[in-house]
Amino acid sequence: MTDVSKLKALGTLSPGAAGTLARFINSVEHGGTHMIDRLREMGFAEGVSVELLHQSLFGKDPIAVRVGAMTVALRRREANLIEIQLT
Amino acid sequence: MSTASLVAVVGNPNCGKSALFNALTGLRQKVANYPGATVERRSGALLGNAEIELIDLPGSYSLTPRSPDELVTQQVLTGTHSSEQRPQAILCVIDATNLAQHLRFALELRVLGLPMVIALNMVDLAERERISIDVKLLSEKLGVPVIETVAVRKRGLEELKEQTNKAIIAGPPESVDFGDTLRLRQRAAQKIATDVTLSEGIGHRTTRVLDKILLHPVLGLSILALLMFTMFQAVFAWAEAPMGVIEDGFASLQIFFRANLEDGFLLSLLNDGLLAGVGAVVVFLPQILFLFLFILVLESTGYMARAAFLMDRMMASAGLSGRAFIPLLSSFACAVPGIMAARSIANEKDRLTTILIAPLMTCSARLPVYTVIISAFIPDETVGGAFSLKGLVLFGLFLMGIVSALVIATVLKRTVAKGPTDTFMLELPKYQMPNMRFVLNGLYERARLFLKRAGTIILASTVILWVLTLWPSAPDGALRPDVAYSMVGIIGGWLEVIFAPIGFNWEISAALVPGMAAREVAIAALGTVYSLQGSEEMIEAGLVATLNGLWSLPTALSFLVWFVFAPQCLSTIAVTRRETGGWKWPLFMVAYMFALAYAASFITFQTASALL
Repeated sequence: MTDVSKLKALGTLSPGAAGTLARFINSVEHGGTHMIDRLREMGFAEGVSVELLHQSLFGKDPIAVRVGAMTVALRRREANLIEIQLT
Repeated sequence: MSTASLVAVVGNPNCGKSALFNALTGLRQKVANYPGATVERRSGALLGNAEIELIDLPGSYSLTPRSPDELVTQQVLTGTHSSEQRPQAILCVIDATNLAQHLRFALELRVLGLPMVIALNMVDLAERERISIDVKLLSEKLGVPVIETVAVRKRGLEELKEQTNKAIIAGPPESVDFGDTLRLRQRAAQKIATDVTLSEGIGHRTTRVLDKILLHPVLGLSILALLMFTMFQAVFAWAEAPMGVIEDGFASLQIFFRANLEDGFLLSLLNDGLLAGVGAVVVFLPQILFLFLFILVLESTGYMARAAFLMDRMMASAGLSGRAFIPLLSSFACAVPGIMAARSIANEKDRLTTILIAPLMTCSARLPVYTVIISAFIPDETVGGAFSLKGLVLFGLFLMGIVSALVIATVLKRTVAKGPTDTFMLELPKYQMPNMRFVLNGLYERARLFLKRAGTIILASTVILWVLTLWPSAPDGALRPDVAYSMVGIIGGWLEVIFAPIGFNWEISAALVPGMAAREVAIAALGTVYSLQGSEEMIEAGLVATLNGLWSLPTALSFLVWFVFAPQCLSTIAVTRRETGGWKWPLFMVAYMFALAYAASFITFQTASALL
């Protein structure tokens, strides 16, 4: 079982952090379900393995994340809608 | 073709769809692996079978459209597109190395109830990554035929054709229920992918290693900057030799005509009209091809999406996202494809802003203008031991365009294109060796378009200009050169009133008019005007030497700056009208660019005049 208290928002992590996608946070101010749908379309899904690979020089944003078999670039703001169970 | 069955080729971006479509139809076509490569309607007969017409739909992640090009896909597939009939069948392309993700879209398509065939593409890459898939089981689970394909090696194409034929005849497959929400489809896709995957694979090592270097915060940015810088230096250095050959070719033609023709109308038309005008433009073909070579290779390898990632932060400071970087980089080659590539931008305001600033990127048609002026006025020196001063000035002009574009984007996003900032989300595709066919096709296409322009618009404008330079003829005992009394001289004289404050003489003012057809025509026009009033030695020395003798440095600098900003080229205005759906934005674009060009040139000319 996932221990909810140990989940980390993807947008707060540093390069090298890896884990399993535990759940999405529905935050209206960050676009709500619309944004979650967009994340899902880019391959983010519960149970998928996720690894933060790279970050930009300026403000450490955006980040490049391995999602399953693909690599996706996104900003930390949206990445924070994703919670990770670190491994 | 009206009786032919329409089959839509559909898939996620980066599934190799365009390459497969290309292999199936044999059409000359662009194959890029950054999202949004397919923007135009492309269709063709399936492996020469006129009964089946394949149509390539823009790559989409789902049937919920996020951008104008994804909207086309959704509308065509649901039969709601205004001009396209609903296809009789779907050819869905999925990437064998990214099964779960691509299957999700396949499941969504499956629910549409159309006959469907799945191309499990890039199986060679999957084999190399040691991914093993049970194709038979996958076909059973989906209830539609699945064929393994390798687009670039033409593997599986005949079978694909056969199964597509069968599927159309058989009609809609049995309906299946994979759930009606994105989440349920995602779960179903994951389950199927797990069930049919016999071994997971090791991922794409090359991509992992390359990204460590190319996306490195410091190293990655340095490499991008170096790449851009090399591109502009190379355009100058490498293109020199072939340009010399072309130049010599035109010069010897002119000498040949002069030696063999009577002095008079025909000789003047050929030498002053055609060769001086067209020659002045054609000589830039090598530079334009080198520029396109760089851009096409970057597109083909998958580096473009990385550049977008690296540039996102900078673009964000102007209110845009890294996604806008791709159309803007294409605009360095030509603003027309750049403006069209903006279709892949989801946010309407971001898209509009990108379109409006795209013409500020120095397109290849400005190169002839820059090159001539730089060659004439900037000394041939080396700076810092390695860089040519000419290359640096050129780089500076490019930079001027970029910086002003960012400033203007910032202003636009706060005023006319005000709206919530969109986010940045982009798939970074696997690196690939540049597809030589794609690159060569692209270069061939560019060379063809350029020479066609030189042979039509540029030829026509130079001939018309040549006529207007001779008519009406000068009065007896005229003090100024004949051309000053001609129509061109008269129009140039009128325009000179407007342009004198920015240092333009009547010759330049007159050349700006045909320059509207295409920027490089301005150079052709200058070639014609000066060739007519010049002495024999002047013509032999070429336009570069002529300008050097006739223009002051402030005028030359002002002319360069004018071309950084000036609204020009009717094709850009036309494509802006089409892409924004009206005259409002193209007129706005022309107005702001004209104001900007005039102001910048005015400042440049007055400052330079005061200092020098």
